[in-house]
Amino acid sequence: MNLFTEAIDWIFSAERFQGYNPLGLRLGEHLWFTFLSLLLAAAIAIPLGYLIGHTGKGRNLAVGISGAARALPSFGLIVLLVLIVGVTRAPAAAVISFVLLAIPSILAGAYSGLEAIDRRVIDSARAMGMTEWQILWKVEIPLGLPLLIGGLRSGALQIVATATLAAYIGLGGLGIYIFEGLPLRDYPQMLGSAILIAALALLLDALFAILQQFVVPRGVTAGRVRDDRATSTRRRAVAGTPAE
Amino acid sequence: MIEFRSVSKQFPDGTLAVDDFSLVMPSRKTTVLVGSSGSGKTTILRMINRMVDPTGGAVLIDDEDISGLEPVALRRRIGYVMQNGGLLPHFKVVDNIATVPVLTGVPRGAAREQALTLMDTVGLDRSLADRYPSQLSGGQQQRVGVARGLAANPNILLMDEPFGAVDPIVRAELQQETIRLQRELDKTVVFVTHDIDEAFLLGDQVVILEKGGRIAQVGSPTEILADPASEFVADFIGADRGKRALSIRRTERGAILVDSEGRAAGVLVDGGPTA
Repeated sequence: MNLFTEAIDWIFSAERFQGYNPLGLRLGEHLWFTFLSLLLAAAIAIPLGYLIGHTGKGRNLAVGISGAARALPSFGLIVLLVLIVGVTRAPAAAVISFVLLAIPSILAGAYSGLEAIDRRVIDSARAMGMTEWQILWKVEIPLGLPLLIGGLRSGALQIVATATLAAYIGLGGLGIYIFEGLPLRDYPQMLGSAILIAALALLLDALFAILQQFVVPRGVTAGRVRDDRATSTRRRAVAGTPAE
Repeated sequence: MIEFRSVSKQFPDGTLAVDDFSLVMPSRKTTVLVGSSGSGKTTILRMINRMVDPTGGAVLIDDEDISGLEPVALRRRIGYVMQNGGLLPHFKVVDNIATVPVLTGVPRGAAREQALTLMDTVGLDRSLADRYPSQLSGGQQQRVGVARGLAANPNILLMDEPFGAVDPIVRAELQQETIRLQRELDKTVVFVTHDIDEAFLLGDQVVILEKGGRIAQVGSPTEILADPASEFVADFIGADRGKRALSIRRTERGAILVDSEGRAAGVLVDGGPTA
Protein backbone atom coordinates (compact mmCIF):
# COMPACT_ATOMS: atom_id res chain seq x y z
CA MET A 1 0.00 0.00 0.00
CA ASN A 2 1.33 3.39 -0.82
CA LEU A 3 1.35 6.36 1.49
CA PHE A 4 -1.69 7.97 0.00
CA THR A 5 -4.03 5.04 0.41
CA GLU A 6 -2.69 4.56 3.91
CA ALA A 7 -3.44 8.18 4.65
CA ILE A 8 -6.99 7.82 3.29
CA ASP A 9 -7.43 4.68 5.36
CA TRP A 10 -6.21 6.60 8.37
CA ILE A 11 -8.85 9.29 7.78
CA PHE A 12 -11.69 6.80 7.50
CA SER A 13 -10.60 4.32 10.14
CA ALA A 14 -13.01 3.77 13.03
CA GLU A 15 -10.46 5.15 15.51
CA ARG A 16 -10.96 8.61 14.08
CA PHE A 17 -14.37 8.84 15.67
CA GLN A 18 -13.58 7.47 19.11
CA GLY A 19 -10.69 7.30 21.59
CA TYR A 20 -8.94 10.21 23.19
CA ASN A 21 -8.33 12.04 19.95
CA PRO A 22 -11.66 12.02 18.09
CA LEU A 23 -11.73 13.83 14.77
CA GLY A 24 -14.96 15.63 15.59
CA LEU A 25 -13.44 17.28 18.65
CA ARG A 26 -10.28 18.31 16.80
CA LEU A 27 -12.27 19.64 13.85
CA GLY A 28 -14.45 21.55 16.29
CA GLU A 29 -11.39 23.08 17.95
CA HIS A 30 -9.92 23.98 14.60
CA LEU A 31 -13.11 25.67 13.43
CA TRP A 32 -13.58 27.37 16.78
CA PHE A 33 -10.12 28.95 16.57
CA THR A 34 -10.70 29.89 12.96
CA PHE A 35 -14.06 31.58 13.42
CA LEU A 36 -13.24 33.25 16.71
CA SER A 37 -10.07 34.73 15.25
CA LEU A 38 -11.79 35.70 12.01
CA LEU A 39 -14.56 37.42 13.96
CA LEU A 40 -12.10 39.35 16.11
CA ALA A 41 -9.96 40.27 13.13
CA ALA A 42 -13.05 41.46 11.25
CA ALA A 43 -14.22 43.47 14.27
CA ILE A 44 -10.92 45.34 14.22
CA ALA A 45 -10.13 45.49 10.51
CA ILE A 46 -13.53 46.32 8.99
CA PRO A 47 -14.23 49.54 10.92
CA LEU A 48 -10.63 50.61 10.44
CA GLY A 49 -10.73 49.78 6.73
CA TYR A 50 -14.00 51.67 6.30
CA LEU A 51 -12.55 54.66 8.10
CA ILE A 52 -9.57 54.63 5.73
CA GLY A 53 -11.69 53.97 2.65
CA HIS A 54 -14.28 56.61 3.48
CA THR A 55 -11.93 59.41 4.46
CA GLY A 56 -9.05 58.44 2.18
CA LYS A 57 -6.74 59.19 5.09
CA GLY A 58 -4.11 56.88 6.53
CA ARG A 59 -4.06 54.73 3.44
CA ASN A 60 -0.29 54.67 3.05
CA LEU A 61 0.17 53.78 6.68
CA ALA A 62 -2.33 50.93 6.36
CA VAL A 63 -0.69 49.61 3.21
CA GLY A 64 2.71 49.71 4.89
CA ILE A 65 1.60 47.99 8.07
CA SER A 66 -0.44 45.41 6.15
CA GLY A 67 2.50 44.60 3.94
CA ALA A 68 4.77 44.19 6.92
CA ALA A 69 2.21 42.08 8.79
CA ARG A 70 1.81 39.76 5.82
CA ALA A 71 5.49 39.02 6.02
CA LEU A 72 5.32 37.93 9.67
CA PRO A 73 6.34 34.29 10.09
CA SER A 74 3.29 32.70 11.72
CA PHE A 75 5.15 30.03 13.63
CA GLY A 76 7.58 32.50 15.13
CA LEU A 77 4.74 34.83 16.01
CA ILE A 78 2.85 32.16 17.95
CA VAL A 79 5.88 31.06 19.91
CA LEU A 80 6.82 34.65 20.62
CA LEU A 81 3.33 35.51 21.83
CA VAL A 82 3.17 32.46 24.08
CA LEU A 83 6.41 33.57 25.64
CA ILE A 84 5.10 37.11 26.05
CA VAL A 85 1.61 36.43 27.44
CA GLY A 86 2.62 33.29 29.34
CA VAL A 87 2.17 29.58 28.79
CA THR A 88 -0.98 29.54 30.94
CA ARG A 89 -2.66 31.86 28.49
CA ALA A 90 -1.64 30.00 25.36
CA PRO A 91 -5.15 30.14 23.79
CA ALA A 92 -5.05 33.94 23.97
CA ALA A 93 -1.60 33.94 22.40
CA ALA A 94 -2.77 31.71 19.57
CA VAL A 95 -5.89 33.77 18.88
CA ILE A 96 -3.93 37.02 18.95
CA SER A 97 -1.47 35.73 16.38
CA PHE A 98 -4.25 34.42 14.11
CA VAL A 99 -6.00 37.77 14.37
CA LEU A 100 -2.80 39.63 13.51
CA LEU A 101 -2.30 37.41 10.48
CA ALA A 102 -5.86 37.90 9.20
CA ILE A 103 -6.11 41.64 9.72
CA PRO A 104 -4.10 42.74 6.64
CA SER A 105 -6.30 40.94 4.10
CA ILE A 106 -9.55 42.04 5.74
CA LEU A 107 -8.31 45.59 6.09
CA ALA A 108 -7.30 45.67 2.44
CA GLY A 109 -10.66 44.18 1.41
CA ALA A 110 -12.55 46.80 3.41
CA TYR A 111 -10.76 49.89 2.16
CA SER A 112 -10.18 48.76 -1.40
CA GLY A 113 -13.88 47.90 -1.65
CA LEU A 114 -14.69 51.50 -0.83
CA GLU A 115 -11.93 52.91 -3.00
CA ALA A 116 -13.08 50.95 -6.04
CA ILE A 117 -16.41 52.80 -6.14
CA ASP A 118 -16.82 55.42 -8.88
CA ARG A 119 -16.09 58.76 -7.19
CA ARG A 120 -18.96 60.37 -9.08
CA VAL A 121 -21.45 58.03 -7.42
CA ILE A 122 -20.27 59.07 -3.97
CA ASP A 123 -20.07 62.69 -5.00
CA SER A 124 -23.66 62.69 -6.21
CA ALA A 125 -24.83 60.88 -3.08
CA ARG A 126 -23.28 63.65 -1.01
CA ALA A 127 -24.66 66.36 -3.30
CA MET A 128 -28.16 64.92 -2.88
CA GLY A 129 -27.89 65.45 0.85
CA MET A 130 -26.82 62.13 2.28
CA THR A 131 -25.00 62.39 5.59
CA GLU A 132 -21.57 60.76 5.79
CA TRP A 133 -23.14 57.82 7.64
CA GLN A 134 -25.80 57.42 4.98
CA ILE A 135 -23.14 57.48 2.26
CA LEU A 136 -21.30 54.73 4.14
CA TRP A 137 -24.35 52.54 4.82
CA LYS A 138 -26.39 53.05 1.69
CA VAL A 139 -23.67 53.43 -0.93
CA GLU A 140 -20.19 52.44 0.12
CA ILE A 141 -20.88 49.30 2.14
CA PRO A 142 -23.23 47.61 -0.36
CA LEU A 143 -20.99 48.44 -3.32
CA GLY A 144 -17.81 47.50 -1.46
CA LEU A 145 -19.16 44.21 -0.12
CA PRO A 146 -17.76 41.86 -2.81
CA LEU A 147 -14.21 43.04 -2.19
CA LEU A 148 -14.71 42.90 1.58
CA ILE A 149 -15.87 39.30 1.35
CA GLY A 150 -12.81 38.67 -0.79
CA GLY A 151 -10.67 40.01 2.03
CA LEU A 152 -12.47 37.86 4.60
CA ARG A 153 -11.98 34.93 2.29
CA SER A 154 -8.21 35.22 2.18
CA GLY A 155 -8.14 36.06 5.89
CA ALA A 156 -10.10 32.91 6.71
CA LEU A 157 -7.81 30.86 4.53
CA GLN A 158 -4.79 32.27 6.29
CA ILE A 159 -6.23 31.40 9.69
CA VAL A 160 -7.49 27.93 8.83
CA ALA A 161 -4.02 27.02 7.59
CA THR A 162 -2.18 28.60 10.48
CA ALA A 163 -4.54 27.15 13.12
CA THR A 164 -2.67 23.90 12.51
CA LEU A 165 0.09 25.37 14.66
CA ALA A 166 -2.26 25.63 17.66
CA ALA A 167 -1.48 22.00 18.39
CA TYR A 168 2.19 22.87 18.86
CA ILE A 169 1.33 24.84 21.97
CA GLY A 170 -1.10 22.18 23.23
CA LEU A 171 -4.36 23.66 22.04
CA GLY A 172 -5.61 20.85 19.82
CA GLY A 173 -7.13 21.40 16.43
CA LEU A 174 -6.43 19.27 13.37
CA GLY A 175 -2.72 19.97 13.64
CA ILE A 176 -2.50 17.69 16.66
CA TYR A 177 -2.25 14.61 14.43
CA ILE A 178 0.72 16.10 12.64
CA PHE A 179 2.58 17.02 15.80
CA GLU A 180 1.80 13.61 17.34
CA GLY A 181 2.80 11.76 14.21
CA LEU A 182 6.08 13.60 13.82
CA PRO A 183 8.08 11.92 16.65
CA LEU A 184 6.46 8.56 15.81
CA ARG A 185 7.28 8.94 12.14
CA ASP A 186 3.66 8.03 11.45
CA TYR A 187 3.56 9.40 7.94
CA PRO A 188 0.09 8.10 7.01
CA GLN A 189 -1.33 9.99 10.00
CA MET A 190 0.58 13.15 9.19
CA LEU A 191 -0.44 13.06 5.54
CA GLY A 192 -4.02 12.14 6.45
CA SER A 193 -4.42 15.15 8.73
CA ALA A 194 -2.71 17.41 6.20
CA ILE A 195 -5.25 16.27 3.62
CA LEU A 196 -8.06 16.99 6.07
CA ILE A 197 -6.75 20.50 6.72
CA ALA A 198 -6.36 21.15 3.01
CA ALA A 199 -9.89 19.88 2.37
CA LEU A 200 -11.25 22.10 5.12
CA ALA A 201 -9.45 25.10 3.64
CA LEU A 202 -10.83 24.37 0.17
CA LEU A 203 -14.34 23.92 1.54
CA LEU A 204 -14.16 27.20 3.42
CA ASP A 205 -12.78 28.93 0.35
CA ALA A 206 -15.61 27.55 -1.77
CA LEU A 207 -18.20 28.78 0.73
CA PHE A 208 -16.72 32.26 0.66
CA ALA A 209 -16.56 32.16 -3.13
CA ILE A 210 -20.28 31.42 -3.24
CA LEU A 211 -20.98 34.15 -0.71
CA GLN A 212 -18.93 36.56 -2.78
CA GLN A 213 -21.07 35.93 -5.86
CA PHE A 214 -24.14 36.33 -3.73
CA VAL A 215 -23.31 39.78 -2.37
CA VAL A 216 -22.61 41.48 -5.70
CA PRO A 217 -25.36 44.13 -5.74
CA ARG A 218 -27.98 43.34 -8.36
CA GLY A 219 -27.64 46.50 -10.40
CA VAL A 220 -23.92 45.95 -10.69
CA THR A 221 -24.22 42.59 -12.42
CA ALA A 222 -27.41 43.39 -14.28
CA GLY A 223 -27.06 44.96 -17.68
CA ARG A 224 -23.36 44.27 -18.13
CA VAL A 225 -24.40 41.84 -20.80
CA ARG A 226 -27.54 43.03 -22.52
CA ASP A 227 -30.03 40.44 -23.71
CA ASP A 228 -29.60 41.50 -27.29
CA ARG A 229 -28.88 37.97 -28.38
CA ALA A 230 -31.16 35.08 -27.66
CA THR A 231 -28.24 33.09 -26.40
CA SER A 232 -25.06 34.81 -25.39
CA THR A 233 -21.95 33.60 -27.11
CA ARG A 234 -19.82 34.83 -24.28
CA ARG A 235 -19.70 33.90 -20.68
CA ARG A 236 -21.53 36.34 -18.49
CA ALA A 237 -18.99 38.60 -16.84
CA VAL A 238 -19.48 39.23 -13.15
CA ALA A 239 -18.33 42.62 -11.95
CA GLY A 240 -16.88 42.92 -8.51
CA THR A 241 -14.97 39.67 -8.30
CA PRO A 242 -11.45 40.65 -7.41
CA ALA A 243 -8.48 39.21 -9.16
CA GLU A 244 -6.73 37.05 -6.63
CA MET B 1 -32.52 84.46 -6.01
CA ILE B 2 -28.92 83.34 -5.62
CA GLU B 3 -26.35 86.00 -4.99
CA PHE B 4 -22.57 85.74 -5.05
CA ARG B 5 -20.79 88.54 -3.20
CA SER B 6 -17.05 88.78 -3.97
CA VAL B 7 -16.68 85.05 -3.69
CA SER B 8 -13.23 83.49 -3.87
CA LYS B 9 -12.10 79.92 -3.66
CA GLN B 10 -8.52 78.91 -3.13
CA PHE B 11 -7.95 75.18 -2.92
CA PRO B 12 -5.55 73.76 -0.32
CA ASP B 13 -2.93 73.18 -3.02
CA GLY B 14 -2.86 76.92 -3.68
CA THR B 15 -4.80 77.13 -6.96
CA LEU B 16 -7.13 80.08 -7.05
CA ALA B 17 -10.16 78.56 -8.80
CA VAL B 18 -12.46 81.52 -8.34
CA ASP B 19 -11.29 85.07 -7.69
CA ASP B 20 -13.67 87.79 -6.50
CA PHE B 21 -16.80 86.55 -8.25
CA SER B 22 -19.99 88.58 -7.89
CA LEU B 23 -23.26 87.77 -9.62
CA VAL B 24 -27.00 87.65 -9.08
CA MET B 25 -28.87 84.67 -10.46
CA PRO B 26 -32.52 85.70 -10.70
CA SER B 27 -35.31 83.43 -9.45
CA ARG B 28 -37.24 81.28 -11.90
CA LYS B 29 -34.71 81.95 -14.63
CA THR B 30 -32.01 79.78 -16.13
CA THR B 31 -28.51 81.05 -15.58
CA VAL B 32 -25.88 79.30 -17.66
CA LEU B 33 -22.24 79.42 -16.62
CA VAL B 34 -20.13 78.78 -19.68
CA GLY B 35 -16.38 78.62 -20.01
CA SER B 36 -13.57 76.30 -20.88
CA SER B 37 -12.00 73.99 -18.34
CA GLY B 38 -10.24 75.84 -15.55
CA SER B 39 -12.74 78.68 -15.65
CA GLY B 40 -14.07 77.68 -12.23
CA LYS B 41 -17.65 77.17 -13.46
CA THR B 42 -18.22 73.89 -11.65
CA THR B 43 -16.62 75.26 -8.49
CA ILE B 44 -19.02 78.20 -8.60
CA LEU B 45 -21.97 75.85 -9.09
CA ARG B 46 -20.92 73.63 -6.20
CA MET B 47 -20.68 76.59 -3.87
CA ILE B 48 -24.47 76.94 -4.09
CA ASN B 49 -25.10 73.65 -2.28
CA ARG B 50 -21.98 73.88 -0.16
CA MET B 51 -20.23 70.99 -1.88
CA VAL B 52 -17.48 73.59 -1.99
CA ASP B 53 -17.15 76.28 0.67
CA PRO B 54 -15.77 79.63 -0.48
CA THR B 55 -12.59 80.88 1.14
CA GLY B 56 -13.74 84.48 0.77
CA GLY B 57 -16.99 86.37 0.24
CA ALA B 58 -20.52 85.07 0.71
CA VAL B 59 -23.17 83.12 -1.17
CA LEU B 60 -26.77 84.07 -0.42
CA ILE B 61 -29.98 82.27 -1.30
CA ASP B 62 -33.01 84.56 -0.98
CA ASP B 63 -30.87 86.97 1.04
CA GLU B 64 -29.81 84.31 3.51
CA ASP B 65 -26.10 83.63 3.88
CA ILE B 66 -25.78 79.89 3.31
CA SER B 67 -22.53 79.56 5.25
CA GLY B 68 -24.72 79.44 8.37
CA LEU B 69 -26.90 76.63 7.01
CA GLU B 70 -26.40 72.95 7.65
CA PRO B 71 -24.95 71.50 4.40
CA VAL B 72 -26.98 68.28 4.43
CA ALA B 73 -30.31 70.08 4.93
CA LEU B 74 -29.35 72.67 2.30
CA ARG B 75 -28.45 70.00 -0.28
CA ARG B 76 -31.74 68.19 0.25
CA ARG B 77 -33.67 71.26 -0.84
CA ILE B 78 -31.51 71.88 -3.91
CA GLY B 79 -31.73 69.56 -6.90
CA TYR B 80 -28.45 68.41 -8.37
CA VAL B 81 -27.95 66.81 -11.76
CA MET B 82 -24.50 65.77 -12.88
CA GLN B 83 -22.83 64.29 -15.91
CA ASN B 84 -23.68 60.60 -16.36
CA GLY B 85 -26.46 61.11 -13.84
CA GLY B 86 -24.23 59.94 -10.98
CA LEU B 87 -26.93 57.36 -10.30
CA LEU B 88 -26.56 54.77 -7.56
CA PRO B 89 -25.80 51.58 -9.52
CA HIS B 90 -27.39 49.28 -6.93
CA PHE B 91 -30.67 51.19 -6.73
CA LYS B 92 -33.51 50.61 -9.17
CA VAL B 93 -34.56 53.58 -11.27
CA VAL B 94 -37.57 54.27 -9.06
CA ASP B 95 -35.47 54.15 -5.89
CA ASN B 96 -32.81 56.37 -7.42
CA ILE B 97 -35.46 58.98 -8.10
CA ALA B 98 -37.00 58.55 -4.64
CA THR B 99 -33.64 58.83 -2.83
CA VAL B 100 -34.01 62.33 -1.44
CA PRO B 101 -37.69 62.06 -0.40
CA VAL B 102 -36.86 58.81 1.43
CA LEU B 103 -33.94 60.56 3.15
CA THR B 104 -36.23 63.33 4.32
CA GLY B 105 -38.67 60.83 5.80
CA VAL B 106 -41.35 60.45 3.12
CA PRO B 107 -42.75 56.88 3.44
CA ARG B 108 -41.22 54.63 0.81
CA GLY B 109 -44.52 53.81 -0.86
CA ALA B 110 -45.49 57.44 -1.28
CA ALA B 111 -42.00 58.34 -2.47
CA ARG B 112 -42.14 55.63 -5.14
CA GLU B 113 -45.56 56.74 -6.26
CA GLN B 114 -44.24 60.25 -6.64
CA ALA B 115 -41.16 58.92 -8.45
CA LEU B 116 -43.39 57.27 -11.03
CA THR B 117 -45.16 60.58 -11.63
CA LEU B 118 -41.77 62.22 -12.10
CA MET B 119 -40.86 59.58 -14.66
CA ASP B 120 -43.85 60.79 -16.67
CA THR B 121 -42.68 64.37 -16.24
CA VAL B 122 -39.23 63.73 -17.67
CA GLY B 123 -40.54 61.46 -20.41
CA LEU B 124 -39.48 58.06 -19.11
CA ASP B 125 -41.69 55.06 -19.59
CA ARG B 126 -42.93 53.68 -16.27
CA SER B 127 -41.93 50.19 -17.35
CA LEU B 128 -38.31 51.22 -16.72
CA ALA B 129 -38.98 51.78 -13.02
CA ASP B 130 -37.64 48.41 -11.90
CA ARG B 131 -34.52 48.50 -14.07
CA TYR B 132 -31.08 49.29 -12.79
CA PRO B 133 -29.15 52.28 -14.20
CA SER B 134 -26.71 50.01 -16.04
CA GLN B 135 -29.65 48.64 -18.03
CA LEU B 136 -30.55 52.07 -19.43
CA SER B 137 -29.16 54.05 -22.34
CA GLY B 138 -27.13 57.19 -21.65
CA GLY B 139 -30.07 59.44 -22.48
CA GLN B 140 -32.42 57.49 -20.24
CA GLN B 141 -29.92 57.63 -17.39
CA GLN B 142 -29.72 61.37 -17.81
CA ARG B 143 -33.50 61.66 -17.59
CA VAL B 144 -33.43 59.63 -14.39
CA GLY B 145 -30.81 62.06 -13.12
CA VAL B 146 -33.10 65.00 -13.90
CA ALA B 147 -36.09 63.27 -12.28
CA ARG B 148 -34.00 62.62 -9.19
CA GLY B 149 -32.94 66.25 -9.08
CA LEU B 150 -36.59 67.27 -9.15
CA ALA B 151 -37.81 64.70 -6.63
CA ALA B 152 -37.69 66.86 -3.53
CA ASN B 153 -39.51 69.59 -5.47
CA PRO B 154 -36.63 72.02 -4.99
CA ASN B 155 -36.78 75.70 -5.94
CA ILE B 156 -33.25 75.51 -7.22
CA LEU B 157 -31.88 73.01 -9.71
CA LEU B 158 -28.14 72.76 -10.30
CA MET B 159 -27.07 71.07 -13.51
CA ASP B 160 -23.37 70.31 -13.97
CA GLU B 161 -22.70 69.53 -17.64
CA PRO B 162 -25.61 67.12 -17.53
CA PHE B 163 -25.62 66.39 -21.24
CA GLY B 164 -21.87 66.20 -21.76
CA ALA B 165 -21.74 62.45 -22.14
CA VAL B 166 -24.59 61.76 -24.55
CA ASP B 167 -24.53 61.81 -28.32
CA PRO B 168 -25.57 64.97 -30.21
CA ILE B 169 -29.02 63.72 -31.20
CA VAL B 170 -29.97 62.67 -27.67
CA ARG B 171 -28.41 65.86 -26.35
CA ALA B 172 -30.61 68.00 -28.58
CA GLU B 173 -33.62 66.04 -27.40
CA LEU B 174 -32.68 66.47 -23.75
CA GLN B 175 -32.08 70.18 -24.26
CA GLN B 176 -35.59 70.60 -25.67
CA GLU B 177 -36.96 68.62 -22.73
CA THR B 178 -35.10 70.89 -20.34
CA ILE B 179 -36.65 73.94 -21.98
CA ARG B 180 -40.09 72.35 -21.72
CA LEU B 181 -39.55 71.38 -18.08
CA GLN B 182 -38.38 74.85 -17.21
CA ARG B 183 -41.53 76.31 -18.78
CA GLU B 184 -43.72 73.91 -16.80
CA LEU B 185 -41.91 73.88 -13.47
CA ASP B 186 -40.48 77.39 -13.20
CA LYS B 187 -37.35 76.54 -11.21
CA THR B 188 -34.28 78.63 -10.64
CA VAL B 189 -31.84 76.70 -12.77
CA VAL B 190 -28.08 77.07 -12.71
CA PHE B 191 -26.54 75.23 -15.61
CA VAL B 192 -22.86 74.64 -16.28
CA THR B 193 -21.57 73.82 -19.74
CA HIS B 194 -18.58 74.38 -21.98
CA ASP B 195 -20.82 74.37 -25.04
CA ILE B 196 -21.73 77.92 -26.07
CA ASP B 197 -24.58 76.72 -28.29
CA GLU B 198 -26.13 74.92 -25.35
CA ALA B 199 -25.66 78.05 -23.24
CA PHE B 200 -27.44 80.27 -25.77
CA LEU B 201 -30.21 77.72 -26.22
CA LEU B 202 -31.03 77.24 -22.56
CA GLY B 203 -29.96 80.42 -20.83
CA ASP B 204 -32.09 83.40 -19.88
CA GLN B 205 -28.88 84.79 -18.47
CA VAL B 206 -25.56 83.61 -19.86
CA VAL B 207 -22.35 84.14 -17.94
CA ILE B 208 -19.15 83.75 -19.93
CA LEU B 209 -16.22 82.96 -17.69
CA GLU B 210 -12.51 83.39 -18.18
CA LYS B 211 -9.82 81.72 -16.10
CA GLY B 212 -10.30 81.97 -12.34
CA GLY B 213 -14.02 82.64 -12.55
CA ARG B 214 -13.55 86.14 -13.96
CA ILE B 215 -16.73 87.24 -15.69
CA ALA B 216 -16.05 88.14 -19.30
CA GLN B 217 -19.66 89.06 -19.97
CA VAL B 218 -23.13 88.61 -18.50
CA GLY B 219 -26.29 89.06 -20.46
CA SER B 220 -29.06 87.47 -22.46
CA PRO B 221 -27.93 85.48 -25.50
CA THR B 222 -29.14 88.30 -27.74
CA GLU B 223 -27.17 90.92 -25.85
CA ILE B 224 -24.01 88.89 -25.93
CA LEU B 225 -24.29 88.01 -29.61
CA ALA B 226 -25.18 91.54 -30.65
CA ASP B 227 -22.50 93.20 -28.57
CA PRO B 228 -19.62 91.04 -27.39
CA ALA B 229 -17.89 92.84 -24.54
CA SER B 230 -14.37 91.87 -25.51
CA GLU B 231 -12.16 90.11 -27.96
CA PHE B 232 -12.27 87.08 -25.69
CA VAL B 233 -16.07 86.90 -25.78
CA ALA B 234 -16.24 87.45 -29.53
CA ASP B 235 -13.69 84.72 -29.95
CA PHE B 236 -15.44 82.37 -27.53
CA ILE B 237 -18.87 82.70 -29.12
CA GLY B 238 -17.36 82.68 -32.58
CA ALA B 239 -19.18 85.88 -33.57
CA ASP B 240 -16.61 87.04 -36.06
CA ARG B 241 -15.99 83.75 -37.76
CA GLY B 242 -17.36 80.31 -38.35
CA LYS B 243 -21.01 79.46 -38.32
CA ARG B 244 -22.24 82.52 -36.43
CA ALA B 245 -21.01 85.09 -38.92
CA LEU B 246 -23.80 84.69 -41.39
CA SER B 247 -24.26 86.67 -44.57
CA ILE B 248 -26.99 86.67 -47.16
CA ARG B 249 -26.29 85.25 -50.56
CA ARG B 250 -28.87 85.72 -53.28
CA THR B 251 -29.38 82.73 -55.48
CA GLU B 252 -31.77 82.24 -58.35
CA ARG B 253 -34.05 80.23 -56.07
CA GLY B 254 -34.08 82.83 -53.29
CA ALA B 255 -31.91 84.15 -50.51
CA ILE B 256 -29.90 81.79 -48.32
CA LEU B 257 -27.65 82.46 -45.34
CA VAL B 258 -24.07 81.32 -45.52
CA ASP B 259 -21.38 81.24 -42.85
CA SER B 260 -17.91 82.70 -43.16
CA GLU B 261 -16.67 79.59 -44.89
CA GLY B 262 -19.37 79.98 -47.51
CA ARG B 263 -21.32 76.92 -46.34
CA ALA B 264 -25.09 77.12 -46.45
CA ALA B 265 -26.34 77.65 -42.89
CA GLY B 266 -30.04 78.45 -43.32
CA VAL B 267 -32.67 80.31 -45.23
CA LEU B 268 -34.06 83.78 -44.77
CA VAL B 269 -37.73 83.79 -43.82
CA ASP B 270 -40.17 86.58 -43.07
CA GLY B 271 -41.40 87.10 -39.56
CA GLY B 272 -39.43 84.57 -37.59
CA PRO B 273 -40.24 83.37 -34.08
CA THR B 274 -42.71 85.56 -32.25
CA ALA B 275 -41.39 84.89 -28.77
